Amino acid sequence: MPLLDEGRSSLIGYLPAGFPTVEGSKSLLKAMVDGGCDLVEVGVPYSDPVMDGPTIQAAADQALANGFRLRHVFEVVEAVSAAGGKAVVMSYWNPIYHYGVDKFSRDLAAAGGLGIITPDLVPDEAAEWMAASQAHGLNRIFLVAPSSTEERIAMTAAASSGFLYATSVMGVTGARDVVSNAAPELVARVRAHTDLPIGVGLGVKSGAQAAELAAFADAVIVGSAFVTRSADGESGVAELAKELAEGVRNPVATAS
Amino acid sequence: MTDKHDPDQRGYFGEYGGRFLPEALIAAMDELTAVYEKARLDPEFTGEFDRLLRDYAGRPSLLTEAKRFAEHAGGARILLKREDLNHTGSHKINNVLGQALLTKRMGKKRVIAETGAGQHGVATATACALMGLDCVIYMGEVDTERQALNVARMRLLGAEVIAVKTGSRTLKDAINEALRDWVANVDTTHYLLGTAAGGHPFPVMVRNFHRIIGIEARQQCLDLIGRLPDVVAACVGGGSNAIGIFHGFLDDPEVRLVGLEPGGHGIESGEHGATLTEGTPGMLHGARSYLLQDEDGQTVEAYSISAGLDYPGVGPEHSYLKDIGRAEYRPVTDAEAMDAMMLLSRTEGIIPAIESSHALAGAQVLGRELGPDGVILVNLSGRGDKDMGTANKFFNLVPESDS
Ligand SMILES: Cc1ncc(COP(=O)(O)O)c(C=O)c1O
Repeated sequence: MPLLDEGRSSLIGYLPAGFPTVEGSKSLLKAMVDGGCDLVEVGVPYSDPVMDGPTIQAAADQALANGFRLRHVFEVVEAVSAAGGKAVVMSYWNPIYHYGVDKFSRDLAAAGGLGIITPDLVPDEAAEWMAASQAHGLNRIFLVAPSSTEERIAMTAAASSGFLYATSVMGVTGARDVVSNAAPELVARVRAHTDLPIGVGLGVKSGAQAAELAAFADAVIVGSAFVTRSADGESGVAELAKELAEGVRNPVATAS
Repeated sequence: MTDKHDPDQRGYFGEYGGRFLPEALIAAMDELTAVYEKARLDPEFTGEFDRLLRDYAGRPSLLTEAKRFAEHAGGARILLKREDLNHTGSHKINNVLGQALLTKRMGKKRVIAETGAGQHGVATATACALMGLDCVIYMGEVDTERQALNVARMRLLGAEVIAVKTGSRTLKDAINEALRDWVANVDTTHYLLGTAAGGHPFPVMVRNFHRIIGIEARQQCLDLIGRLPDVVAACVGGGSNAIGIFHGFLDDPEVRLVGLEPGGHGIESGEHGATLTEGTPGMLHGARSYLLQDEDGQTVEAYSISAGLDYPGVGPEHSYLKDIGRAEYRPVTDAEAMDAMMLLSRTEGIIPAIESSHALAGAQVLGRELGPDGVILVNLSGRGDKDMGTANKFFNLVPESDS
């Protein structure tokens, strides 16, 4: 079964596991699924998140301070699956490497997880992960950036499965007021190399922005905005998911 | 074109190194590798680098025998490689001049860097002033306090200093913040990493810019005493001064290479930065290397009285040298280092950096092991002026009532 629905653009929502607590993150992620996220990214809080801006850094710190341990990620994924949602894990590589790549893959698959997004692992360094993902039937979601060469886009696409994560701006995570105009160009460049769905992330916070991205991307990825809205609890994130889900269902092409 | 001690194509020294970095930075790392590989063989580049080291940094640095200090080191002969006498006061200037020249070759106008003790930040601000580059320095808030003098020096040199308030607010977090800046500005900006760590090509490139330390010291030893030392001792934070001096002796199997790590309040206290003594392999800041980490692969915060050694990672080549047994690594506590700092000051009239004092304390122990026939070459990586605040607190040199 494909990871994403191919008929329309999908909504992918991110939240760190264990934020604000392990149980709290289960409820928030369930609310995101109920609100209309087609797929959720369960983040692994990490001590040195170099690809994250202040919002997600603070959430990760809070999760760690509240006792998040790596094994909790499986519980959280299981809760998403039990709620009828689809989940992938997003993690910096060291926690997975330290746990054991094959063992982590096995335990994630057993929890119903569908793949791993790897922000600081490029295919060049991923031999062990290629083998483990094959053995346990997990999707490998690598990232491409506006700075990626054609050659690297082709190589990364060939190594990926499920979808390809296109970072729409050069920079770290965090909501932005305008959607970068580098995004359509990057998506077009990636399309030339692959039939995989292309998800676009970094900076989206509103239904209108989601609608704009859905005009050219197969999936819209939203992280920091969910973290911020979780201050309003389950109803807050469900509301945001609903707004964004409506956006991805009603793409608006912008003139540019 | 490369030498036998270079890492493989992908930047691995044995199992250590590589590139564990976001895809967004890979193109820049490839560009840097290509520009560096060309430059290192280009007489115009190497000539300009050598000229700057000589006419600007003041190389070669002296080799000074420390006879009175040696009385407190089992009577072994102690030779000090005087990197403290370089312009800006430490070995850091060697690497900075090399990378600043590369920055100009790449046509980039902005430089960012992390700093712990502030020595790398000062050296970077200096080179940027010299070459007309914009300079932003990330420094953990804890370090801006314990090395306030260096913050003032960087600002006087025209650099912007940003105090990093995340995580442990020390060197590790300064590197995180610099990497975040780099991801956003990589088109126009060079990240001038200050130690022999990080993703490929930084470990090999930074090492090669510091190799001059070992090349000079080896010849100076032969000239002074007619033989090689028995041991070469250097402190290890990220590992740049140590790898620079070690490399002069890598092919001399009879010379022991000993790295001294920050033992902080003692290994058993858990408060230290002794990565190679206590760590396990993992990834941090772009390379696979030894790392202080917990059961979940979360980085453990390091601790040292010395800001320049207060780092939970280490350069990958040191991990390799440890595993193959070519180098040994030992911890030195805060108190041992501070005693060595005072001792060198009072026996030789040389005030060493607290970082370098770890190497001196290690040399005292090694000297007692070797006895009077032994010869120990110590890399005196920097001078201690920046550390007067810390020394004053530790030794109560200027009691409140006096000032
Ligand atoms: C004088 C001095 N020595 C040593 C170090 C440690 O760095 P490395 O291990 O890269 O030589 C520093 C770092 O700031 C320093 O200032």
